[in-house]
Amino acid sequence: MYRFLSSIISFAVFFIVSVAIAGEHFVPITSYRTGPYGVSGAPAADGYVDYLKMVNARDGGVGGVKVAWEECETAYKPDRFVECYERLKNKGEAGATVFQPLGTGLTYSVIDRLAADKMPLITMGYGRTDASDGTVFPWVFPLMANYWSISTAKIKFIGEQEGGMDKLKGLKIANVYHDSAYGKETLPVLLKQSEKYGFELKGFPVAHPGLDQKATWLNVRRYKPDYVILRGWGVMNQTAIKEAARARIPANKLVGVIWSCSELDTIPAGKAAKGYNCSSLINPGSNYKVFDDILKYVYDAGEGTGDKEDVGHQQNYKMGVLMGIMTVASIEKATEKYGNKPMSGEQVRWGIENLDFNKAKLQEMGIDGLIPPFKVSCSDHEGSAPVKFQRWNGEAFEAASDWISTDQSIVRPMIVASAAGYAKEKGLTPRCN
Amino acid sequence: MFYREAGQFKTSYKKDQAILPIFQDKIAMVAMLLFCFIVIPLFANDYWLASILVPFLALSLAALGLNVLTGYAGQISLGTAAFMAVGAFASFNLQVRIPEIPFLVAFLWGGLCAAGVGILFGLPSLRIKGFYLAVATLAAQFFIEWLFTHFDWFTNYSTSGVITAPPMTLLGFAIDNPLSKYFLVLSIVVICAFFVRNLARSEIGRAWMAVRDMDIAAEAIGINLMKTKLLAFGVSSFLCGLAGALWAYVVLGTVEPQAFDIARSFEILFMVVIGGLGSVSGAFLGAGFMILLPILLNNLGSLITGGTISTETIAHIEYMVFGAFIIFFLIVEPNGLARLWQIGKEKLRLWPFPY
Repeated sequence: MYRFLSSIISFAVFFIVSVAIAGEHFVPITSYRTGPYGVSGAPAADGYVDYLKMVNARDGGVGGVKVAWEECETAYKPDRFVECYERLKNKGEAGATVFQPLGTGLTYSVIDRLAADKMPLITMGYGRTDASDGTVFPWVFPLMANYWSISTAKIKFIGEQEGGMDKLKGLKIANVYHDSAYGKETLPVLLKQSEKYGFELKGFPVAHPGLDQKATWLNVRRYKPDYVILRGWGVMNQTAIKEAARARIPANKLVGVIWSCSELDTIPAGKAAKGYNCSSLINPGSNYKVFDDILKYVYDAGEGTGDKEDVGHQQNYKMGVLMGIMTVASIEKATEKYGNKPMSGEQVRWGIENLDFNKAKLQEMGIDGLIPPFKVSCSDHEGSAPVKFQRWNGEAFEAASDWISTDQSIVRPMIVASAAGYAKEKGLTPRCN
Repeated sequence: MFYREAGQFKTSYKKDQAILPIFQDKIAMVAMLLFCFIVIPLFANDYWLASILVPFLALSLAALGLNVLTGYAGQISLGTAAFMAVGAFASFNLQVRIPEIPFLVAFLWGGLCAAGVGILFGLPSLRIKGFYLAVATLAAQFFIEWLFTHFDWFTNYSTSGVITAPPMTLLGFAIDNPLSKYFLVLSIVVICAFFVRNLARSEIGRAWMAVRDMDIAAEAIGINLMKTKLLAFGVSSFLCGLAGALWAYVVLGTVEPQAFDIARSFEILFMVVIGGLGSVSGAFLGAGFMILLPILLNNLGSLITGGTISTETIAHIEYMVFGAFIIFFLIVEPNGLARLWQIGKEKLRLWPFPY
């Protein structure tokens, strides 16, 4: 009886809320603009919001339906993120469309809630790696390239620098990582590759938030590595680049992960950062139609969220725009099947699963060349896009490599095995066939 | 007028020592329990239950645990979050190794493990006190967080060091929706609150308070300091461990050791200080203040401004208003919210004709 009454009441609340913002796709934006990671989170949130503003101004929304959004501050804390998730998931006429937490720890904290809430999660370039197996994780999409795929590309890049994969044998690679779920996520795949290619590997954890790394880099220096993989986020990155210089490790021997690849990390490090390499899902440069459109429709109208200088230049801002692109493309795909009305999370999930970023689609969205073509499928929730490496020349990032393909012969079996373990633990039946 | 105990005669020692000696307090307590068990589930929606009330109750339990140690026994601890982590990881490990174990037994096991660890780290309290003890318990905080991060056995070799709570069933009912989770946490917290309230009135509780007020005098009147202090550490850590298990199983479902970092320890210490040292209601008032107020401010911020100012500004205003509230309450009543409540009650007894 109580359950019945309470469900009636929550329906009533739901109804009142939905009347208030009827007839719009609702995009929940869980961002972090404060705390030790706010410096990285704020431009990404700006990019996300600016892209949605641009889509409303240029196209009048998606499928003729305007896009509405609400931001919720998580401060990069899992408990605050869960609160934001619960607050926003039922807003809008059809409920929220898709969440993008922009944090691995945050991703983990809601994975078990998604199926019950019928809510998809896009974790582009981060998150739980084995969720790339769509047969076990129907609701999670680590789009483009997950951590393990990017790691294989990174080792290929190091091989390229050395002049061949056979040259990796006997090299010493130090892995300096953020001591959290995010930082530890690549440990198994690096170990696997060190066995395969015969390089020596040693891990150096850095405790949150990473402001004090003197002792770590002293140890790194003692180890005398040939290359250092830097796996940081927020304020940890710039400190690491500075400390590396102090430990007399040349910046061109540092290879950052995609979340250590921003001006926020290199500019504060000053001269020490010149020559610093890092992996990225996107091409450097700003000559893409999407950024021109954002400037034209949003900033020229005085509606910009962030700094005008960031548009098309700041790396995290670009990642934020890319998050917006993924959300909008997924909603668009869903409207093709379900009609031009506000989309629910379940409908958008179908949209994400059938995303096909081919050449024509990339041109249509004004991002041809910014990201490589990739395609999502029921079992492959990643798309295995190739990875670009960028180099800091002291003023800006420039391309340090071509698009380097990931090595799925290493990654895929590990993902399938890991996801099968999860399915067994939770008693799930794999789908898709 | 209404809150007056004139005419309530205590004719036996039993009546005089009752847990709530005043008749109106009994009614208020029954009314509050009815409110929590019936009215809230009737009217609260899933957002309120899952993301506000359940975390609030779980952290109230941790604050209650710390209040036993700091409020009643006078031993300062900065290792609360570490003891929560022990509770969470111990119950997780028991269930992973022996899947047949019911989760309530696992919770108890988590609490007991935390109590053991708490007693171990409480040993320095026999020799040192005050700030020095705080630093010694700080060691527990750093050591335990490091232990769970670096030894994969504790996380069952999870690649990213994250544990995921197994599904919970109680007598055939799956505890998977916000309502059942709320009932579970509420029941545990109410039982623990009565346990602590009773313990505080007992010989043990009186011994704790004697030690808190002056340990040399306490020893002189025959209180065994070692037993008393270690018992306080044990009971306190048991409750914190239980709270940690609830935090991992019920509130988040998936948890990494970093969820129990030093910031959490401080947060709980602030709850106890702001709520009021040495009172059960203080733990709840403090937790309410520390958990509900920021969320309320944040929600109010976005409601009032309607999205016209950025969430960044709202978040900063939230911090500022929250900080101002802390300073305000500590100036108005340094003994905490519970003391304010007590003063209010004393005023009520004279109302409407104060002399």
